[in-house]
Amino acid sequence: MIGLSIVKRKPLPTRFKVILPVAAIVVTILIGSIPILLAGGNLLKAYSSLLHGALGTRFNFLETLVKASPLILTGLSVSFAFRARFWNIGAEGQLFAGAIVATAVGVYGTWLPPALVLPACVVLGFLAGGIWAAIPAFLKTKLKVDDVVTTLLMNYIMIHIMGFLLYGPMQAAGSSWPRSEPIMEAAHYPTLLAHTRLHVGLVFAIVLALAIWFINTRTVLGYSAKCVGTNIQAAYFNGINTDMTILKTALISGGLAGLAGVGEVCAIHYHLLMDISPGYGYTGIVIAMLGNLHPIGVVLSAFFFSCIAIGSQTMSRMTGIPVYIEGVIEGIALMVMLVALLFMEYRIRWTRK
Amino acid sequence: MTTDFISPAFISGILSATLRMSTPIMLATLGEIITERGGVLNLGIEGIMLFGAASGFLTTLATGNLWLGVFVAALCGIALAMLMSFLAVTLGLSQHVSGLGITIFASGLAMFIYRKAVGSPMIPPTVKPFTPLSIPYLSHIPFVGDIFFKQYLLTYITWALIPIVSIFLFRTRIGLRVRTVGQNPFAADTVGVNVNLTRAFCLAIGGAFFGVAGAFLTLAHQNMFLIDVVGGRGWIAIAMTIFGNWNPLSGCLGAMMFGFLDALQLRLQIVGVKLPTHLFLMIPYLMTVVALVGVSRKATVPAGLLKPYRREEKGG
Repeated sequence: MIGLSIVKRKPLPTRFKVILPVAAIVVTILIGSIPILLAGGNLLKAYSSLLHGALGTRFNFLETLVKASPLILTGLSVSFAFRARFWNIGAEGQLFAGAIVATAVGVYGTWLPPALVLPACVVLGFLAGGIWAAIPAFLKTKLKVDDVVTTLLMNYIMIHIMGFLLYGPMQAAGSSWPRSEPIMEAAHYPTLLAHTRLHVGLVFAIVLALAIWFINTRTVLGYSAKCVGTNIQAAYFNGINTDMTILKTALISGGLAGLAGVGEVCAIHYHLLMDISPGYGYTGIVIAMLGNLHPIGVVLSAFFFSCIAIGSQTMSRMTGIPVYIEGVIEGIALMVMLVALLFMEYRIRWTRK
Repeated sequence: MTTDFISPAFISGILSATLRMSTPIMLATLGEIITERGGVLNLGIEGIMLFGAASGFLTTLATGNLWLGVFVAALCGIALAMLMSFLAVTLGLSQHVSGLGITIFASGLAMFIYRKAVGSPMIPPTVKPFTPLSIPYLSHIPFVGDIFFKQYLLTYITWALIPIVSIFLFRTRIGLRVRTVGQNPFAADTVGVNVNLTRAFCLAIGGAFFGVAGAFLTLAHQNMFLIDVVGGRGWIAIAMTIFGNWNPLSGCLGAMMFGFLDALQLRLQIVGVKLPTHLFLMIPYLMTVVALVGVSRKATVPAGLLKPYRREEKGG
C-alpha cells in the first residue's frame, strides 16, 4: 500500500504567491473538463464559447466587468473577515441588508436634497451590512456563539425579512410580483460609458480594494486583525483588544457586502427584487480564497469568476452544458486552491508501507 | 375553513407533521454529531444533502425503486464525505474552507446533473413518493396513533438511530475511540488508534446520513427535486449539534423543535390564518440563533474539533 505524509518544507519564495493561484486555475479548468465531457460536451467548443461569451465582444466584455463589481465587493468582504479568522459566511445576507436599505432610501427619501440621495444609499447600505455582520461578531466575542453557524443562519433570516418587505410594506402598488417601487433617478449610480450598463461601481470597488490593502498593511486595525487571525491568544496577551478587533473587522466586512447590494439596486435593477443576488455572497468565499485573501488577488479572482459566470451562459446556449457548471467550477477552484496553499508550507511525501 | 384551532385533529396534525418534518434534520444532526465527535466539522453537509436529494430522486425516477434511490443517496453521501476526508483529514486542510468547498461543489454538481438528466420542462418530473406506514394496532390508538404510528419507515428508522448512535458513541469500543480521536488525537495515537482512519470512518457514516436525509426530502417529504429543497436544513443540523451539546438525544429534540415551528407555520397557512408568511418562515431560523445564544457558553466542544492531526507536529 502507498500512503502519504505531509512534511514541512522550507517556505517557497514569494513569487509562488502569484504562481500558485494561476496553477490552481489551470488545474481547476482541467478538472472542470470532466463534468463537461461526461455531459457529452466538446471541450474545445465548450471552452471557446465560454471565452467568447465572457470576453469575445465589446458587449460581453462589458457585462463581465459589470458582474465583477459585486463579486469584488463580496470577495473583499469575505477576505477581510477570514484574515482575522472571523468566519463570515453571511455576505449574502449582508448584501441583502444593504440592498434593502438602499432601496428604502431611493424610494422613500424624496425629502432628501437630491445630491445627498446617492451618498445616503451608500453610507446607510454600508452600515446595514456592517451591523448585520456585527451581530454575529458580538455574539461570538461576548457569548461564545459559533460565528459560522450564526452568519449562515442570519442569511436565511434576512432573506425572509426581505420576503416580508417585498410581499408587504415595500411591494410596489398594484404589483402582484415581489418587487419594490423603482428608486428615484438621483439614487442611480452614474454610468462610466454612455448606453452601457458599466457603472462607477467597478471603479468604486477597485478603490475599496486599494483601501482594504491600505488598512491591511498600514493601519493598527489591519495589523491587529492579522494577529487575531494568526494566534488570538498571543494577540490578546500582547495587549491587542481582540474583541474590538473582531467587531471592527465584522463591521467593515459586512459593510463591503452591503455595498454589493447597494450597487445591484442603484446601478443594475433600480428596484428591489427577491433574486437580487445569484449567490454573490457565497461566491465571495471562493473569490477570497483564490485571491489568497489579498485585496489585489481578490480583484483578479473576482474578474476570473465573472468570466466564468457570464461565459457559462453562452457555453450553455451553444453546447447545452447546464449553466450550473459555474457552481461546479467554483467548488473545484476552492478545493484546488486550498490544496495549492498547502504546498506553500508543506510537501507531500509518498511512502510505501 | 373553520377557525377551530384547538381541535384534537388540528393538534395531532401539527404534531404528526412535526415528526415528519424533523426527520431529515434529525438524521443530518445525528450524522454531524458522529463526525464532530471524531473531531471534524463537516460544513459540506448542506451540499451533500442536496446531492443526496438529487441523486436519490433521479435514481428513483429512472428505476421506480424508492429504496434504491435511498441507497444511491447514501453511497453518494459517502463518496462526497471521502472527498472531505481527503482534504480535511489526510491533507489536514482547514475544515471550514474544505467543507464550504464541498458544499459549493456538491450543490453545483447536483443541479448540473439534475438539469442534464431532465432538461428544463415546464412541469418538473415527479416520482410516486413513500407512503406513511401505519403500524398495526398502535396506529388505531386515538390521537397518539395519528401522531406517532402513521409515519414513514425512514422516520421510524431515524428514531431507532437515536439510541443506536448514543450506544455506539458512549458504550462501544469504537465509540470510545471516536471520542478520544475527537478529544485528544495525540493520546489516541499513542495508544495505537489510527486517528485519520477513525476520522474518515466518522465522516463516511455522517455522509451516508446526510445523503439519506436529502433523499427523504425528495422521496417522502416532497415528490420532486427543487433547487431550494434543502433550504438551509444542513446548517440547522450544524446548529442543533451545538445546541444538543454533541449528544444525540438533545440534538434530535432540538431538531424536533425546529420541525414543530416549521409545521406550525405551514398548518396555520393551510387553515388560512392571515399572517405574514415570511415572518413565520423566519421564526425557526431566529429561534435557532436564540437557542444557540442560550447554550453556547456552557457548550463543551470536542477539544480536537477543527484541529488536523499531523503526527510530526506534536511539538506544541
